[in-house]
Amino acid sequence: MSVIRIPPALRSEAGGAREVEASGATLRELLDDLATRMPALGSRVYDSGKIQPFVNVYVDGEDARTRDGLDTPVREGSTVILLPAMAGGC
Amino acid sequence: MTTYRELLEQTKAQIDEIDARTAGELAGAAWIDVREDDEWQEGHIPGATHVPRGYLESRIESAVPAKDTPVVVYCAAGSRSAFAAKTLQELGYSSVRSLIGGFTDWKRNGGEITIPRTLTPERRTRYSRHLLIPELGEEGQLKLLDARILLIGAGGLGSPAALYLAAAGVGTLGLIDADIVDETNLQRQIIHSLDTLGTPKVDSAKASIEALNPDVDVITYRERLTSENIDRILDDGWDIIVDGADNFPTRYLVNDASVWHGIPVVHGSIYRFEGQVTVFKPHDGPCYRCLFPEPPPPELAPSCSEGGVLGVLPGIVGTLQTNEAIKLAAGIGEPLAGRLLLFDALSTEFSEVKIERRADCPVCGDHPTITEYIDYVEFCAGPAH
Repeated sequence: MSVIRIPPALRSEAGGAREVEASGATLRELLDDLATRMPALGSRVYDSGKIQPFVNVYVDGEDARTRDGLDTPVREGSTVILLPAMAGGC
Repeated sequence: MTTYRELLEQTKAQIDEIDARTAGELAGAAWIDVREDDEWQEGHIPGATHVPRGYLESRIESAVPAKDTPVVVYCAAGSRSAFAAKTLQELGYSSVRSLIGGFTDWKRNGGEITIPRTLTPERRTRYSRHLLIPELGEEGQLKLLDARILLIGAGGLGSPAALYLAAAGVGTLGLIDADIVDETNLQRQIIHSLDTLGTPKVDSAKASIEALNPDVDVITYRERLTSENIDRILDDGWDIIVDGADNFPTRYLVNDASVWHGIPVVHGSIYRFEGQVTVFKPHDGPCYRCLFPEPPPPELAPSCSEGGVLGVLPGIVGTLQTNEAIKLAAGIGEPLAGRLLLFDALSTEFSEVKIERRADCPVCGDHPTITEYIDYVEFCAGPAH
């Protein structure tokens, strides 16, 4: 199992959870598992087999885009961060 | 009994004197200025080392460690330097000369002089806790006093940033904000107060800064940043931008302009309990578009006025931004470039993710496709809207 950290703007789709668990050996498997457990959240970040362009996904602190994208390996106990931009300075 | 005049004559007879022209031809000579502090402050010969005569014996060996180094000693007119030269001979310096006519003749004959930049006694007191830090010191403080930092927004992030930058002695602060202070701001925007309710935020902030530190020159822009005014504002000359904007169109506008103007941006953003901080240095690391190529749809990007924000959060994130701005201005430490710092106030956790410049970035990439301002409002409304 890995931990997926949910940004504040997406927590309502995750039942208010700040973190959820999901399993998979790659980021694709992990997000597929997430989409099965939480379809509303899954479709927000992961649509038609692609990560939404406005969400950054970090696997253990590294941007999945700069690694192997959806094929980026995920270890047992890895932390995955979902991160859309925040604009507020107010 | 020996008079001063007799003593001076005896001393001069025991040392070598040299004129300015000949002294200038001495290869590898160490020039020692033995005058008092106030005389040195008014100007000295370029490259000279200041060792006041009262400290000559105790400090000369660290200033000139090798005793066979040719030494040219000078004072105002050549008398104190004659006594100093004799002392240096007694300390074993084998090649010492006293400059005939001293600094006065040097200057009168058109010799080049340097006027050292130093802090006034008042500033020395005000910034004493900075001056004590070796990494900063007087040189760093002078850099802060010379720095020009532009703050986008005088709100949640801008409040602590403006106050701490002002307290640190950043010489020029620019403030951009079109808003008026209202009651809902006072839960977090600590630069404003009950006294300034209903007044423009830039004026309210300027008054607070001036009450804190009169060294700071505050330039206010009571306007909303747009493609039309951003070049005019940036052309006023800014070393660093501290971005505390409250909307995506302004974030992307500031990014594009900062890349084109070559100005580093200290980025901070907040929502509810969470904050993000990083530094974008144009062409030396990622830009905002490398990090977030496109904004989220509006329903996923609520503002603080819609979703709320913990009042202390902008204090934490804004002071982290200030720390980065001060380091950049003083040229010390490791900037938070290529790293995005995430802060979660509920769990009190910091985490960091790596961010990289994208070769295909439309603004700072290898083949930019965006080279002039776009319609940022439309861009941020997204294709679906």
